[in-house]
Amino acid sequence: MSTQTYDDLVQAPPSRLREFWQAFAHNKGAVAGLAFMLMLIVCALFAPWLAPHSPIEQYRDFLLTPPLWQDGGQAQFLLGTDELGRDLLSRLIHGARLSLLIGLASVVCSLLPGIVLGLLAAFFPNRLGPLIMRMMDVMMALPSLLLAVAIVAVLGPGLLNTVIAIAIVSLPSYVRLTRAAAMGERQKDYVTASRLAGASLPRLMFVCVLPNCMAPLIVQATLSFSAAILDAAALGFLGLGVQPPTPEWGTMLASARDYIQRAWWVVSLPGLTILFSVLAINLVGDGLRDALDPKLKNAD
Amino acid sequence: MLSFILKRLGLLVPTFFGVTLLTFSLIRMIPGDPVEVMMGERKVDPELHAQAMQRLGLDQPLYKQYFDYIGQLLQGDLGQSLVSRESVWHEFTALFPATLELSIAAILIASLLGLIAGVVAALKRGSMLDHGIMGLALTGYSMPIFWWGLILIMFFSVQLGWTPVSGRIDLFFDVPPVTGFMLIDTLYLDDEGVWLDALHHLILPAVVLATIPLAVIARMTRSSMLEVLGEDYVRTARAKGLSPARVVFVHALRNALIPVLTVIGLQVGTLMAGAVLTETIFSWPGIGKWLIDAISRRDYPVVQNGILLIATLVILVNFVVDVLYGIANPRIRHAG
Amino acid sequence: MALLEIRNLSVRFGSKTATPVVEGMDLRLEAGEILGIVGESGSGKSVTMMALMGLIAAPGIVTADALTFAGQDLLQLSARAKRQIIGKDISMIFQDPMTSLNPSYTVGYQLGEVLKQHLGLKGSAARQRAIELLELVEIPGATARLDAYPHQLSGGMSQRVAIAMAIACQPKLLIADEPTTALDVTIQAQIMELLLRLQREHNMALIMITHDLAVVAEMAQRVCVMYAGQAVELGRVPALFQHPAHPYTEALLKAIPEHSVGAARLSTLPGIVPGRYDRPRGCLLAPRCPYRQEHCQDSRPHLEPHGGGAVRCHFPLTEATA
Repeated sequence: MSTQTYDDLVQAPPSRLREFWQAFAHNKGAVAGLAFMLMLIVCALFAPWLAPHSPIEQYRDFLLTPPLWQDGGQAQFLLGTDELGRDLLSRLIHGARLSLLIGLASVVCSLLPGIVLGLLAAFFPNRLGPLIMRMMDVMMALPSLLLAVAIVAVLGPGLLNTVIAIAIVSLPSYVRLTRAAAMGERQKDYVTASRLAGASLPRLMFVCVLPNCMAPLIVQATLSFSAAILDAAALGFLGLGVQPPTPEWGTMLASARDYIQRAWWVVSLPGLTILFSVLAINLVGDGLRDALDPKLKNAD
Repeated sequence: MLSFILKRLGLLVPTFFGVTLLTFSLIRMIPGDPVEVMMGERKVDPELHAQAMQRLGLDQPLYKQYFDYIGQLLQGDLGQSLVSRESVWHEFTALFPATLELSIAAILIASLLGLIAGVVAALKRGSMLDHGIMGLALTGYSMPIFWWGLILIMFFSVQLGWTPVSGRIDLFFDVPPVTGFMLIDTLYLDDEGVWLDALHHLILPAVVLATIPLAVIARMTRSSMLEVLGEDYVRTARAKGLSPARVVFVHALRNALIPVLTVIGLQVGTLMAGAVLTETIFSWPGIGKWLIDAISRRDYPVVQNGILLIATLVILVNFVVDVLYGIANPRIRHAG
Repeated sequence: MALLEIRNLSVRFGSKTATPVVEGMDLRLEAGEILGIVGESGSGKSVTMMALMGLIAAPGIVTADALTFAGQDLLQLSARAKRQIIGKDISMIFQDPMTSLNPSYTVGYQLGEVLKQHLGLKGSAARQRAIELLELVEIPGATARLDAYPHQLSGGMSQRVAIAMAIACQPKLLIADEPTTALDVTIQAQIMELLLRLQREHNMALIMITHDLAVVAEMAQRVCVMYAGQAVELGRVPALFQHPAHPYTEALLKAIPEHSVGAARLSTLPGIVPGRYDRPRGCLLAPRCPYRQEHCQDSRPHLEPHGGGAVRCHFPLTEATA
């Protein structure tokens, strides 16, 4: 140590992925959230094999059976059954499929157009940009759930329309975020250099600028993934989402309302599942935000 | 300051017309024949059908239909409900106070608790208390509030019997509407029991509706406070020998509040969306429940213009927040 | 008796065993004296003074054997009693005047706050005194400026307001933490002159933190050179500049452009100040020192009396070696 000079102490910087993981793993909540999220993904992928029963089979002799640990619980129905005698655990596991599918599909369906519109708005700041931003302002004026409700009210309930409604609703935040990030990057010298080197506009937009705007977009995608699950469940609860007997968490709650006095498990468990899933994803989102983009740490 | 307000006001106009365009096209996106959908029956007599088309102006070209729609709106004509035959404006004004009362109660709860929680978390940064508060805040932020409402009903109403399950006031009482705010109208009756009953009805829905804004405000207050506590002028204030309370509340909080105020204002949208769910759960007779009922009854004029009214409201509140932001922040106020 | 005495002051962040940001700092100051503290960024100049002011917040930990000011032991005082000294008898102005004033309050309010806190002045009496103070720091149109918000002032004006706030209670010691770094060159000289005038007129002691040796040479009577959280050399001003005893002081002086006339390149010291993880076991300057010997790498030197001042070096430079 004594003969070391400062030169000897310079180490090769850790790889980006490693550096990111170290920052992410530092946040224990985020790691816990990630673990729960992985569990959900496993449930969704292998639902037919993991679920002990079919999610829609009605065991007429076991209506509203309580969970195993309560009086009257049955070993074959770990978390009890609902008002039609369907196994709650199986419905929750299959419900993970639907929620993750809706979340993923709506994020993809709003992220891609959102990026394109946001980049266009940033690269054409004179005419097209303001027009796009005014349109987004209009969409922002409506509370997201209300807009989703209106869209589903018009298009009719169902899985696909739920995805469409949620995708439309989350579009403005991507557009705004992409535009803000791209506007900042566009001024920088490396973009000017590429332009002088003769890069085409699409190349400038997607190859030069876009990769440098990804950090906030990834965080936003995570957060809107959880918002999508929440909104889908709310739509289901209002009877406007996925229709029964498909096991969707929100829809399950809607039909459970009548049993609030008799069967707490029918009411509590689907809601807890929604809460934990959304919480897990939000924890991951917070962790990603801190790890990817320290600048965003204080933004909300 | 005036030019600042006028400039912001000018920005509202295109947004408002954009919303009208949205509600206008929304109705025209309904699959199927509009007359059949509105009448709720199939195979309408062709002559009646043509009459209905003419009466509704649906035989006109689209742009003309839109201008007619705008013309009606500007005259204050929001159409009438297909179900009750009442004017949409009349129904809205009758139900809006209920939503407003609920929202005000919710935002008061959320702001008060959110600010306290956020400030405490920021001052105790890194402590167990901070982690606890922020964990709760993230849980609240992730809360499916329709389920949260059910759980609270299950616990407080069904198990403990402390609060009523639904409505604004016990059917037993007859409260003549004066202001539309139950907590104020019941005061006119000069009967403490009725007022308490109204309060009991309000408390659970208000807590449910307050949950997400509370979480957002607490998180925002904390991060804003942490940022401000690191500012040079806070160091200056401490270097002046001021008491810690004065440094925190007079110097830091005042500046930290500026972004929090904006966030509180922006919660109006969240409140309106939350009102749809909360009012459905608690059978609260406000515009959220009104809108959901209208959707299930396919009462399209109500859906269309109800959404327009709510959007207008959100736009206006955001405008007021913008102006208040200018007042709270001298740098913007003087920029004109 | 000295006005200010600091003995073995250390500041750490995190835990008591963490690498100190300031280590074993000793300082004495007589009433009415001007002391310059110089060093690179991160050498602990500001942190030392912030520690004296009690401005180091958790997770910072301040330890010292003695911290006395005007006969009072600051270590023994309660927080409340200490606040009656801070801002009144010891006050401080900071580097960036544009961010040092609270943007939400007027100049008059922020000035009045000090007057009320320490002198109990309120209302028109406070207003009158505030105007006098603004005039004292040569702000034109003082009365009108009372109602101005900080963002309406230039950097130079803001720094004058900050100075007015600092001298409001006629402090015995004013600490100026790089008060001109953030200002235009023309304004810098004005602010320096103002500080010197106020120091003379009120017979304040003045500690001037800077990395500008020229400023110290002009203004200060004594100077303290800091490196990596330690005082490495203390001395009277002309003597120290003519015959630096510490290699670091010598390097600082050589890096001034005026000293390099004729030389092809400006002299620089290779390397950077050691950080948290690469702190040498021996003398902190050893890795960068052109004169280092075996002994320097194994053993930490102490601050020893040398000539008229003190130096922290195993092999202090003499006129012959320098």
